[in-house]
Amino acid sequence: MASPGATIQQVFNEPACDKNRGKDARARKHGCSKPLTPGEAAGGCAFDGAKIVLQPITDVAHLVHAPLACEGNSWDNRGAGSSGATLWRTSFTTDLTELELVMGQGERKLFKAIREISQAYAPPAIFVYSTCVTALIGEDIEAVCKRAAEKFGLAVVPVNAPGFAGSKNLGNKLAGEALLDHVIGTVEPDDAGPYDINILGEFNLSGEFWLVKPLLDRLGIRVRACIPGDARYLDVASSHRARAAMMVCSTALINLARKMEERWGIPFFEGSFYGISDTSQALRNIAELLVRKGADPGILDRTETLIAQEETRAWNKLDVFRRRLQGKRVLLNTGGVKSWSIAHALTEIGMEIVGTSVKKSTVEDKERIKQILKDGNHMFEQMAARELYAMLSQGEADIMLSGGRTQFIALKAKTPWLDINQERQHPYAGYEGMVELVRQIDLVIHNPIWRQVRDPAPWDCPPVIMDEMPTTTSEMATVRALKTCAGLAAAADLDAC
Amino acid sequence: MACILPQTKSAAINPLKSSQPLGAAMAFLGVDGAMPLFHGSQGCTSFALVLLVRHFKEAIPLQTTAMDEVATILGGADRLEEAILNLKVRIKPRLIGVCTTALVEMRGEDCARYIADIKARRAEEIADTQVVLANTPDFDGSLEQGWAKAVTAMIEAITRPGERARQPKKVAILPGCHLTVADIEHMREMVESFGLEPVVLPDISGSLDGTIPDRWVPTTYGGTSVEDIRELGTAGQCIAIGEHMRCPAKVLRRLAGVPYAVFQSLTGLQEVDRFVSLLSAVSKAAAPARVRRRRAQLQDALLDGHFHFGGKKIAIAAEPDQLYQLATFFVGMGCEIAAAVTTTDMSEILEKVPAKSVQVGDLGDLEALAAGADLLVTHAHGRQAEQRLGIPLMRLGFPVFDRLGSQHKLTILYQGTRDLVFEAANVFQANQRAPTRFPLQPVSKGGPATGPGSPLLGGR
Repeated sequence: MASPGATIQQVFNEPACDKNRGKDARARKHGCSKPLTPGEAAGGCAFDGAKIVLQPITDVAHLVHAPLACEGNSWDNRGAGSSGATLWRTSFTTDLTELELVMGQGERKLFKAIREISQAYAPPAIFVYSTCVTALIGEDIEAVCKRAAEKFGLAVVPVNAPGFAGSKNLGNKLAGEALLDHVIGTVEPDDAGPYDINILGEFNLSGEFWLVKPLLDRLGIRVRACIPGDARYLDVASSHRARAAMMVCSTALINLARKMEERWGIPFFEGSFYGISDTSQALRNIAELLVRKGADPGILDRTETLIAQEETRAWNKLDVFRRRLQGKRVLLNTGGVKSWSIAHALTEIGMEIVGTSVKKSTVEDKERIKQILKDGNHMFEQMAARELYAMLSQGEADIMLSGGRTQFIALKAKTPWLDINQERQHPYAGYEGMVELVRQIDLVIHNPIWRQVRDPAPWDCPPVIMDEMPTTTSEMATVRALKTCAGLAAAADLDAC
Repeated sequence: MACILPQTKSAAINPLKSSQPLGAAMAFLGVDGAMPLFHGSQGCTSFALVLLVRHFKEAIPLQTTAMDEVATILGGADRLEEAILNLKVRIKPRLIGVCTTALVEMRGEDCARYIADIKARRAEEIADTQVVLANTPDFDGSLEQGWAKAVTAMIEAITRPGERARQPKKVAILPGCHLTVADIEHMREMVESFGLEPVVLPDISGSLDGTIPDRWVPTTYGGTSVEDIRELGTAGQCIAIGEHMRCPAKVLRRLAGVPYAVFQSLTGLQEVDRFVSLLSAVSKAAAPARVRRRRAQLQDALLDGHFHFGGKKIAIAAEPDQLYQLATFFVGMGCEIAAAVTTTDMSEILEKVPAKSVQVGDLGDLEALAAGADLLVTHAHGRQAEQRLGIPLMRLGFPVFDRLGSQHKLTILYQGTRDLVFEAANVFQANQRAPTRFPLQPVSKGGPATGPGSPLLGGR
């Protein structure tokens, strides 16, 4: 067993990552996370990242070995969908108290906790997470897990990613290492077939993978394991017998994809189910990889037929929104999903992209985005809250698509906003998902509240307008006067009405 | 007297507790121009931040010293200093509220000394910004303790000590962490209606009440001003709400000689009567007509509502003071407390909870004890138990992330009690069973009922 430090170094040295290959040996040693500035840092820790990746495995009990905060402040907060087991939503923690920490009773309590869970819930596996405090005092969770697995006869998997080790992204990768070390390849499936694939880094948020899976079903492709969205322990444990893999969220599980290729010869490609063209491309790539691994080449034609059908259908549905959304300006502020594919689809129906973040985009993506934007200046790595607020409150965009972190910047600037990151309420993957995204944009932009929150209170307007308000004849004058009174932000809105 | 049962399980199942530093951060957020700062790894802050945002639906100022592996080994004094200076330069807060976490407390960091050193060495750079420390390791206490420690720390660090000329009309109010924005607003109005001048610490009704500023503000906007905290000692009377606020009230008396009264609950007619009597005595004025009218409305609500409450079994899981508040309310309406679960055994109020026993534990315990109850009362994480047990859930406490408006829900004084009567009665009415031809439930003496009185048992 490699020490956690060695594992981290190994994760930093990721040959499949373009960015990493460009660095020299010294820079590589520092890994991909930038050093954090106290008082200016944002984002989760390595433990957070590990838990995000593993917790959607639905029939596993996830046990956090820590004082309360690590689990108590964060459980049951992500909307991944499960088609069966619900155990993953139950929260387990050893909730260590001061006395237990001082007296060194942590390992004993952990062992007992594993026993209690195995007796009460009989899960196929228990994942045990180390955290800052338990790592600091040197709790040997690997030994406890090993002993507990022997004693209670179930898989007990140590996940060694204490918060202080680094960023969320590092935690994602350490979770992948835990799966490689302890889970994948431990069970031989008796039903492996030539059309089996793995989907890596798909979280099934809002159940959105269920918009994609029927497409694969129609092509006769079986998802051996979707890691982690809606996964079962046994699916993951036997996922080494898949013929090909698609890696969805590239920065999260690239090490997992590459090592599965090395160890079990499973070729992979990086793709996305967001946007119409990306979904089609992903389906094509899956089919091609399967054919390369010996599947019947007929699947290529079937895939093209399906893509043609589905694309036509999706574009027809999107056409309905063209008239309503033509010329509306979108600010895409997200690193999590592939910006360019969504940007492409939105421009296709006549919307205008006024800016996009390219924090997690690859060089190729940036090129493609440039072509869509026509003006490279609108690409930014990250925008400070204050600048973002200024831009939105001056009415430079009709809607911002982003994650929850910047939600209140948009709302306080009285700008329509839609969540396209992990806390979102609607599924956006695949062809149907893209239509749903555009429908949601339409609903948000045209909601009647925007007038109400932007218009000033009547008593804040000059008295002359007050007199004119109730009449209908002088409507234009009123509008003009209101514009002057309300300033730029309201004017932009009134123009649109 | 309730018997307090300690936790005996090793695996906590579905935690009830929120962590101590989160409670402290919430208290600091009730101060104008504040920036709470967690001294720990960045995940501690990120988790607390997300939970606060989900509850309040507001942008929440909260920063971190971002302890990494090296700092964990070598010590975090430099990172704390860097964070404070960074915040000062970038954001210029009036108050930086440092909350320690389990990581740095486990290392044994002497944060009080660190901060004293920083203040001495960097006096010019951090002038005009108060730096206050609350020692709040996650392995100890819970939300309540964190909140109380932060308030105590602010009084100790900022309030001018010594006997001062009293302003007889000025009342210092120290609300517990279970009071909502609406509670504080309403209480202020009532105190003012007696001609008194309330100063509330911390005052989340000024900072977390959901308003839209016309510019970008990176700190809190609204809340108790630092100046008001400094002058807190001139109040003629201090009123603490919740047993956990006794400690800061005591400190205020020790520092500045302000007499205090603790109200363990302000929900329920008799409790509010005591409060109104105190206000009358302090202001030497009779209760205004508006207050009397609210009292009459509550009496009427009790009359209309009591039909729905009598004999109902209630299962509550909450922080100690809120548990006491809710349990006394329901018992006062003729209900029986079927299960009482709380977060910590550190509060003296627990013995007074009108239940046979109080279990220190989690929502797993609530779920086990609540079988056969008519109503679950806890925060939003109770939704899993609600679903599995098929018992309706009334969401109260922190966090409530899957319903809007929890901050604007009134739970105290005549009006808040009236609202609670209506809310609970409506839940009971919504879950009423249609009459059946089965015989009436025999008189049951405790224990889970069977038959039409409790259709859940048959179903499970």
